Amino acid sequence: MTHLADAAKAPPTAEQSPLASLRRLVAATEIDLRLFGMLVALAVILLAFNVLSGGKFLRPVNMVTLAVQATTVAILATGMVLVIVSRNIDLSVGSLTGFVAMSYALLMTDWLPRVVGLGPDFPFRWAVALAIGIAIGAGFGALQGFIIAYGRVPSFVVTLGGLLSIRGAVWYLSNGAAVTGLDPTFQLLGGGPRGSIGGELTWLVGIAACLGLVFLLVNGRRQRRRFGFPVRPMWAEVLIAVVGCLIVLGLAAFANMNYLPPALASEYARQHGIPEPPGGLLIPMGLPYPIVILIGVTIVMTWIARRRRFGRYVYAYGGNPEAAELGGINTRWTIMKTFILMGILASLAAAVAVGRLNAATLDVGESYELYVIAAAVVGGTSFAGGIGTIPGAVLGAFVMQSLAYGLAFLGVNSPGQNVAAGIVLVLAVAFDSWNRRRGT
Amino acid sequence: MDDTTLERSGASATASAMSAATVPLVEMRNINVSFGGVHAVRDASIDLHRGEVVGLVGHNGAGKTTLMRALSGAHPADTGEILIEGRPVTIRNPRDAKQYGIETIYQNLALADNLDAPANVFLGRELTTLFGELDDSAMESETRKVMQRLNPNFTRFKQPVVSLSGGQRQSVAIARAVYFNAKILIMDEPTAALGPAETAQVHALIRQLKEEGIGIFLISHDIHDVFDLSDRISVMYQGRIVETVERGTVTTDDILTMIIAGRRPGELGPEELAAQ
Repeated sequence: MTHLADAAKAPPTAEQSPLASLRRLVAATEIDLRLFGMLVALAVILLAFNVLSGGKFLRPVNMVTLAVQATTVAILATGMVLVIVSRNIDLSVGSLTGFVAMSYALLMTDWLPRVVGLGPDFPFRWAVALAIGIAIGAGFGALQGFIIAYGRVPSFVVTLGGLLSIRGAVWYLSNGAAVTGLDPTFQLLGGGPRGSIGGELTWLVGIAACLGLVFLLVNGRRQRRRFGFPVRPMWAEVLIAVVGCLIVLGLAAFANMNYLPPALASEYARQHGIPEPPGGLLIPMGLPYPIVILIGVTIVMTWIARRRRFGRYVYAYGGNPEAAELGGINTRWTIMKTFILMGILASLAAAVAVGRLNAATLDVGESYELYVIAAAVVGGTSFAGGIGTIPGAVLGAFVMQSLAYGLAFLGVNSPGQNVAAGIVLVLAVAFDSWNRRRGT
Repeated sequence: MDDTTLERSGASATASAMSAATVPLVEMRNINVSFGGVHAVRDASIDLHRGEVVGLVGHNGAGKTTLMRALSGAHPADTGEILIEGRPVTIRNPRDAKQYGIETIYQNLALADNLDAPANVFLGRELTTLFGELDDSAMESETRKVMQRLNPNFTRFKQPVVSLSGGQRQSVAIARAVYFNAKILIMDEPTAALGPAETAQVHALIRQLKEEGIGIFLISHDIHDVFDLSDRISVMYQGRIVETVERGTVTTDDILTMIIAGRRPGELGPEELAAQ
């Protein structure tokens, strides 16, 4: 045992290849290797489609569309990670998204104006609708979570029931009709030409993210210094900060290369009395609102998972339910909370979906449960429990959406996309479990 | 060696003489536990004093672990009384037990394998910052301190405990129990998975904790372990406590007889009674 440890510590002589030095560099930065690998995989997929499409794929307009299409599934996947980590499953997310989506539409077209008297002139109608929608989502989540946690009915069964009956309830909400005509502010949540934060704010978001990264690095280092723990070498810290900032600012610049459509740009020019230059006015749109929402959700969910007691308990329960119970954790309430959180996320995803469509149809969110579970699993979440990260699941959603969008871009029809998605799902998990076995 | 042994037994004799006059740290009276149609613990009574080690021996399924799980809150007793320092208490779950200063090292260690050592040590009792965020650095620092005392060779504070050796995992489980200033410690087979060196380490720790005035229930299959460490030994057989004896008043053979036959040495079993 000690001999082995000594051998491992001895300077590697055979491992002076560039690959080994790269491995040491990565080790010094203490990056999550799995996450890093997924980023590489995503980049490879995007580049491959770019080559196959003759360089047309990687244009800002395509990438922004792709990202907006991935947001609903990605938002839901952040919650599904916690549900799967704590050894449960939620099959009802798609139906719940559909139910809340229909509720939003009805709130704005019917319930709020007719019952409460909030007409289109009321400025915060969108916020009232959003708040009620979130309450509905949380309520359904709490109900299912209660039956699972306290009634001890398997989550697969409870949420399978939810999948069927909540989808059925959508029909009763609107008597089978699609509902259109939302509040114009609410529509912005879905993105689109007007639903973006604009060039300046996008730069601000990029700079804030960069400063946030530096703050986290400095704070982490200070914390470890305070207790005299080993810290990363300084060059590794600087490397992470520089590379991280370059990526964040690069993405902001990329988002800002997406310009307002000419018609809207001319309208803007007329309104503001700006003379239109020849070739049209180029107004950067920046990040669409759904992406901003997704960034916010990812940060908050990561914070909950890693920095809050609740998150720690979710992972502890997933790792060993008995240990969590014996540790004095209120495991029932912890499980119930994961489903409440899932319901709230379904409401946010529904807001994006409804905003994009400017309508609620009967099939909003249909089959989402499958895409969401696929995203979480491709992102490294294990059904054995206790393992999975939120950024991983978001990346997983982007990988799956890139594949679908890329194939569609090349003219593959939707059954063909499904064939590819299924194969990639299985391959990704097979590779992951092979990698895990090799690692331990 | 002989001198120290004499001294120690002398000290414990006075300790038990003194504590006989004082209130026991723990008193469990007429405890009954059933589950799944099995009456696992029948009318068992046992007590424990400050600075005392009470060994609990018996066959598999004799009810040792079940009796202790009633005290640790893992599986509350159906009937019976528990008194902590003379006050009747109700223990319905592990949280209750911890409130009374009862800490348990379970045989299967009860670790969350996917979490690191500090997260396991503080599981359910995390240190947080002013804003309610987990203070991982503080927890790591405290874990390093307690490990310095328990197992100075322990260095893997950031790895999930699944990647640790049996002895290291045991250290994590022990650290969790001793960190929170336990008054009463339940150790269920603390050395079953350990090599000789690590076993000696655990033995030294038990003696040290005893010196500090902690009362310890020690469950073990190893009669020699129990004889080595315990002040008193309780033998369980088919859910009952056959007898509680002072160490030194019986031989290992007597204890073995009680474990196997379920009766006191010299006492006649049902078969012999029938033969008469």
